[in-house]
Amino acid sequence: MKRIFQNMLPYWRWILVILAFLVVQAFCDLSLPQYTSDIIDVGIQNSGVVHILPEKITSEDYEMMQLFMTADEKKQFADAYEKDGEKYTCVAEKEDLEQLDEDLLLPVVMSYQVQNSMVDSSEDENTESDQEGMGQQMDLASMDKDALIQLFTSGQITDDQLLEMRDQLQDKIDTVGSTTMKSMGVAYAIACDKNADVDVEAVQMKYMWSTGAKMLAVALVMAAATIAVGYFASRVGAGIGRDLREQTFENVVQYSNTEMDKFSTASLITRSTNDVQQIQMVTAVFLRMVLYAPIIGIGGVIKVIQTGAGMGWVIVLAVLLIVGLVSVLVSVAMPKFKMMQTLVDRLNLVSREILTGLSVIRAFGREKKEEERFDEANRNLTKTQLFTNRVMTFMMPGMMMIMYCITLLIVWVASKRIDAGYMQVGAMTAFITYAMQIVMAFLMLTMMSIMLPRAGVAADRIHEVVTTKTTIRDPEKPQKMNDCKGVVRFEHVNFKYPGADEDVLSDIDFTAEPGKTTAIIGSTGCGKSTLVNLIPRFYDIESGTITLDGTDIRAYSLTELRDQIGFVPQKGILFSGTIASNLRFGDEDATEEQLETAAEIAQASEFINEKTDRFESSIAQNGSNVSGGQKQRLSIARAIVKNPKIFVFDDSFSALDMKTDAKLRKALEEKTKDATVIIVAQRISTILHADQILVLDDGKIVGKGTHEELLKNCDVYNQIARSQLSDKELGLADGKEEA
Amino acid sequence: MAEQNKSFQRSGGGMKRGMGRGMMPGEKPKDFKGSMGKLIRYMGNYWAAIIVVMIFAAVSTVFSVLGPKVMGKATTALADGLMSKITGTGGIDFSYIGKILLITLSLYVASAVFSFVQGWIMTAITQKTCYRMRKEISQKINRMPMKYFESRTYGEVLSRITNDVDTLGQSLNQSITQIITSTATMIGVLVMMLSISPLMTLIALVILPISVALISFVIKHSQKYFRQQQEYLGHINGQVEEVYGGHLVIQAYNKQEETIREFKDTNKVLYDSAWKSQFLSGMMMPIMTFVGNLGYAGVAISGGILAIRNVITIGDIQAFIQYVKSFTQPIQQIAQVANQLQSMTAASERVFAFLEEEEEDFQAKEDIDVSKIRGEVEFDHVHFGYNPDQIIIKDFSAKVKPGQKIAIVGPTGAGKTTMVKLLMRFYDVNEGRILVDGHDIRNYDRHELREAFGMVLQDTWLFKGTIMENIRYGRLDATDEEVIEAAKAAHAHHFIQTLPGGYQMELNEDASNVSQGQKQLLTIARAILADNKIMILDEATSSVDTRTEVRIQKAMDNLMEGRTSFIIAHRLSTIRNADLILVMKDGDIVEQGTHEELLARNGFYADLYNSQFEEAV
Repeated sequence: MKRIFQNMLPYWRWILVILAFLVVQAFCDLSLPQYTSDIIDVGIQNSGVVHILPEKITSEDYEMMQLFMTADEKKQFADAYEKDGEKYTCVAEKEDLEQLDEDLLLPVVMSYQVQNSMVDSSEDENTESDQEGMGQQMDLASMDKDALIQLFTSGQITDDQLLEMRDQLQDKIDTVGSTTMKSMGVAYAIACDKNADVDVEAVQMKYMWSTGAKMLAVALVMAAATIAVGYFASRVGAGIGRDLREQTFENVVQYSNTEMDKFSTASLITRSTNDVQQIQMVTAVFLRMVLYAPIIGIGGVIKVIQTGAGMGWVIVLAVLLIVGLVSVLVSVAMPKFKMMQTLVDRLNLVSREILTGLSVIRAFGREKKEEERFDEANRNLTKTQLFTNRVMTFMMPGMMMIMYCITLLIVWVASKRIDAGYMQVGAMTAFITYAMQIVMAFLMLTMMSIMLPRAGVAADRIHEVVTTKTTIRDPEKPQKMNDCKGVVRFEHVNFKYPGADEDVLSDIDFTAEPGKTTAIIGSTGCGKSTLVNLIPRFYDIESGTITLDGTDIRAYSLTELRDQIGFVPQKGILFSGTIASNLRFGDEDATEEQLETAAEIAQASEFINEKTDRFESSIAQNGSNVSGGQKQRLSIARAIVKNPKIFVFDDSFSALDMKTDAKLRKALEEKTKDATVIIVAQRISTILHADQILVLDDGKIVGKGTHEELLKNCDVYNQIARSQLSDKELGLADGKEEA
Repeated sequence: MAEQNKSFQRSGGGMKRGMGRGMMPGEKPKDFKGSMGKLIRYMGNYWAAIIVVMIFAAVSTVFSVLGPKVMGKATTALADGLMSKITGTGGIDFSYIGKILLITLSLYVASAVFSFVQGWIMTAITQKTCYRMRKEISQKINRMPMKYFESRTYGEVLSRITNDVDTLGQSLNQSITQIITSTATMIGVLVMMLSISPLMTLIALVILPISVALISFVIKHSQKYFRQQQEYLGHINGQVEEVYGGHLVIQAYNKQEETIREFKDTNKVLYDSAWKSQFLSGMMMPIMTFVGNLGYAGVAISGGILAIRNVITIGDIQAFIQYVKSFTQPIQQIAQVANQLQSMTAASERVFAFLEEEEEDFQAKEDIDVSKIRGEVEFDHVHFGYNPDQIIIKDFSAKVKPGQKIAIVGPTGAGKTTMVKLLMRFYDVNEGRILVDGHDIRNYDRHELREAFGMVLQDTWLFKGTIMENIRYGRLDATDEEVIEAAKAAHAHHFIQTLPGGYQMELNEDASNVSQGQKQLLTIARAILADNKIMILDEATSSVDTRTEVRIQKAMDNLMEGRTSFIIAHRLSTIRNADLILVMKDGDIVEQGTHEELLARNGFYADLYNSQFEEAV
C-alpha cells in the first residue's frame, strides 16, 4: 500500500500545492455554516445589531446605561460617544467595540434589566420556572425609574452596595450564560436605537446583505479552490498513470524470455493496463477527497471546540456508529464478495465451454446437460449476488438513519444547553453542519481503508515489474562484428529454465554452416524450440558456448547479434499497420520490389494481390484480419526482407498445407543459398532434404546426419518417419533422391 | 482464439469498472422506446412487486422530505422560548420540543424502513430477472444455427451473458428506485418549499436553470475528452497486448526503441485526455456546490427579511435551507440515471436481439428409428454455399456404404469442414439432398440425427471436470467399467493411470494439465463410448509428440472399425487406405476416387500428393 504513496513522491511539489488549496477549501467549507448561523443569530434574532452599544442614544438612555458603571467604565463609555444635539452618536472603532462589548456587558445588562422590569412591572414575572435569574433583580427594580436615579444621585446607594449588586448579577451570568447575556445587551441596544429614531430595519437589511455577500465570496473562493484541487489532482493522477505505464512498458520491452515466462504475458498485460489505470483513479480520488477528509475533520473539530458547545461526545458517538455500521456490513458481505469473483469466473468458464464446444455438444446431443451445468453456475451466482446486494441495501437507509438520529440528538442536547445559556440557536445549526462534516470525513476514511489495500496490491504488482530488470544485457565492451559469415556453433551446451531442476537441453554440440540447412526434429517438449531460442539470446545458456563466426555470442551487442538473424517464430505474429509496415520490420528502407520478391518466396503474393490495397492493406491488431496460414507466410516474408545471414524457422511451416509448404521451401532454397538455415520441424517431409538433421529426444541429440543415414541408424528418427510416411513412400522418396 | 477472447473480456470489463459510469458518454440504444417496452414486458410478472417498490420508494421519500419541516418547528420553539426568556416573558418549552423531535424521529425511521424494504424487494426482482435472462440465453444458444456463431467471436456472445446482463442488473437495481426517489424528492421538496414561502421558493428555483445549464455545459465539454480517453485507452491496451504478445519478434528485429517511442506518443495523448476528462468531470461538484450556496444565500437573506416582517419563523428558514440543499441533488441524480438508462436499454436491446435470433427447427418429418442406423450415406446432387449467391459446392454426388472410410483432403482453407457441417445439419444444402440410410437428413429430428454421429475434432473440447466425467460425456449412463473399457480401446487407460488421481483427476480450465496428445486420446475414448454408427474425425496431430501420435493413430483405427467414417485427413497413410477420397479446393470438391485412381488421373490430388517429395533445387 505504501507504494501508492511512493508513486506520488516525484510530484511532491504539486501535492503541496494541492494541500494548500485543500486547506483553503476546508477553511471556506467550514466558514460557510458560520455565515448561516450569523444570519439567523444576528441578522434575524438580533435584527442585525452586532454590538451592545447602540449607534445612537438619547440622553435619557445615555444616563440610564451608565447607571451601574464604575468610574472607569463610565469613562470608556463616554469616550465612545459624541454628543450630537439631543442625542449621542457612537464613534468607537470597530475593534474597540468588540472590547467594549466585553467590558461593558455587565453594567449594560443590569440597566437593561432595570429598565425592562420597569416597563413590564405590571406583568407577572414568575410564570416561568426558570426566571429566577432575573426575578432576583426585581426587588431592586420594583421602584420607578426616576426614584431609582434619585437613589443613586443622592448617594443613598453607595458604591459598595452597587458592587454587591454587580457581584450578584455576575453569579447569574455564570448560570444564564454569556451568549444569552449578550443577546440581552443587544436587545437593549436595539431599544435604545429605536428610542433615538435609528432605522433598525435598515441596519438589519444592511447586515443581511453584507453577510450574504461575504458568504457568496467565500463560496466562490471555495469553488475556485476545489476546482484548483481538481485540476492538480487530475494532472498528478494522470501523470502517475503515464509514468507507470511508460516505466512498465519500457522495462517489459527489454525483458528476456526468462522474465516474460516468470510473469506470463497475460499478467504483464493486466499490470500495464488495468493495474495502472486503477492506480491512476485511486490517486486522483485520494488527492481530491481522501486527503481532504482529515483536513476537514480536524477543521471541524476545531470549529466544534470553538462553538464551546461541549457536545463533542455526540460527534464521537456518530463516528462510532457509522464506522460500526460500515464495518459490520462489510464484514458480513466481504466473504461473499470474494466468493462472487470465483462464481462469476465459473459462469464465464461454463459459458465459454459451451460456446467453444458447440459442435461437440450438438454431436453428442448434450444440450440439456450443458443447460443444467450453466443453470447451476447461474443459480449459485444469483444467490450470492442477491445476498451481497441485500446486505448493501442496509447501507444507505442505515447511514441516513444514523445521520438523522445524530441531528435530532444534537437538537435535543443543544436546546438544553441553549436554555442553560451556553450556546445560541444559530450555533446549533452550525454544530450540526460541523458534525456532519466530521462524520463524512470518517466515512470517507472508512471507505478508503477498504479501497486502498486493493489499489495497494495493484501498486505492488506494478512495482514488481518496474524493479525487475532484464537478465540478458549487452556486454560492457561489445565486440564489433566484421562482415558476419554466419557460422553458428553449439559447443557442449547445457540449458535449463530458470527455477527448473532439470536441464531442458544437455550437451548439445553441432555446427550450422552458411549455405547449408540444419533441421531439428523431435517430439513435442524435447527442446527444439528452446534450442533455437538460444541463438538470438532469448535465453542465456547454463554452460558450454554458442559461437557465431567463432566468437561467443555473449561478446556481441544484442542488437548486432540479432541483426544477423532472421527469426520466424512458431506462431505467426503480426502487428497492426499495413502488410508493408510489417514486412519492413527487418529493413525499414526495403523497396517495393524487395517486398514483392519476399512475398513471392513466402507464397504470400497470391492473397496479397487479391486485396485491393495490396501491400498497403491494413493489418488489424494481432493480425486478426488475416488467417493463421497467411500470418505465418507474412512472418516468413518479413524475415526474408531482412536479408539476414542466419535464418531460423521455429516450426514455421506447420500451419501451411503440404503443397504450400513444399512450394515455399523450394522458393526459399534459392534465396537462402548463402545463408545459414536452421529449421525446426514436425513433418518429416519438411526436412527430407536438409543437409544435416538433428534428432532431439528429451533434450539430447540422439541422431545427426542426413535423412537416409538417420533412417538407417537412428531409432527415434525411424519411428517418427514411419508414423508419418509409409515404407513405400519412404522408399519412393529414396528413389527420387537417387534419380 | 480462446485466449484472444479472454483478453478481450478482461480489458473490456476492466475499463468499464474503472471509469465513472455516470459521466461516461454512455452508448445509446437504437430504439429506446421499443427496447424499453420489451424490457418492461419481460419483467411483466413482477409488476405487482414493482408497484410495491414504487409506492415504498415514494412513501420513504415523502417521510424524509417531511422531516426538516417538522424539525424546523423544534428550532422555532427553541428560538421563541429563548427570546421570551431574554425578554423575561417565558422560557423554552421542552416537552413540546421533545414531542416534535420524537415525531421527526419516527418520520425518519419510517422512511428508512420503507427505503430498506423497497431495496430488498428490488434486489430480488433484479437478480431474478438477470438469472432468467442468462438462463434463456444459455438455452437459446442451443437452439440457434451454427452459422450464427461462425460469423461471431465467442467473446461477442459471451459478453451478452456477462457484460450486458451485468450492466442491465446494476442499472435496473438503482435506476427504478432512483427515478422514483428523485422525482418524489423534487416534488416533495417543492411542495414543502411552497408551503413555507412561495416567494423564497421562487428565489430558490432561479438556481434551477443555472444548474441545469452548468451541468450540461460541463457534460458536453468533458464528454469529448472522455471519448478520447476511452479511445486512447483502447489504443494503449492494444499496443500493450500486441507488443507483449509479439515480444519475441520485437526483440528479434531490434524494434524495442521504435516501439517505446510509439508507445510514448500514444501515452502522451492518453495523459492529456485523461487529466482533462478527470478535471472537467471533477468541476461538476464544486460548480454545483457553488450554485447551491448561491441559492442558500438567496434563501437566507430573503428568509431573514420575511422573518423580520414576521411572515415566517426561524425554524422555517432552517427547514427551507435544508430543502434547497436537497433540491439540487435529485437534478444531478436524474441526469445520471438518464445516462444509466440509456446504457441499460442498449444492453437489453442486445440481449433481446440475441434472444430473438432465428432458431433451428428440430421436428422430425419422418418417424425414423435412429438407433438402427447402419451408416449408409448418400450425397445426391448437392449444391451448397454459405452465401446463397456464392455456391461453392456444385453438384456433388457420392454414395458411401456402411463401414467405409472417406477421406477429405485439400490445401488449407479449402473448406474441408464444410462436408462435416452439412452432414450434421449445422447448415442445410441449397439444392439436392443428403441421405442417411435412405432418408433425407432434413426429415430426421435434428437432435437424433446429430446423436447418430460421433466426433473427434482437432480442437479437443474437454470441460473442467474429472477425466471420468469427460469420457462419460459420450454416453451419460455408462458405468465406470464401460468408461474404462473405452479408455483402453482408445489407448488412454495407461496414461490415465499414471496421472495423479487416475480417472478422478480434475481437468483444469483449458485442460492444460494434460498434454495435447492425451486430450486427443480422451476425446477418442469419449467417441468410442458413444458408439455412433457414423464417425467424423479431424485428425490433426501436428502438435502431438511422436509416441502419442502412434497411439492416437491406433486408437483412431480402433474407432473407425465397423463404422462409417469421414476423416479430414492430414496424414498421408490415412488417405491411401480410404475407400473414397474427396479432394477439395476453394470450397468445392474437385476430384473424388481412391488413392490409386486419383494418382492415375494425375490431377490436383496427384500434384498435391507428390509435391511433398519434390526435391527442392
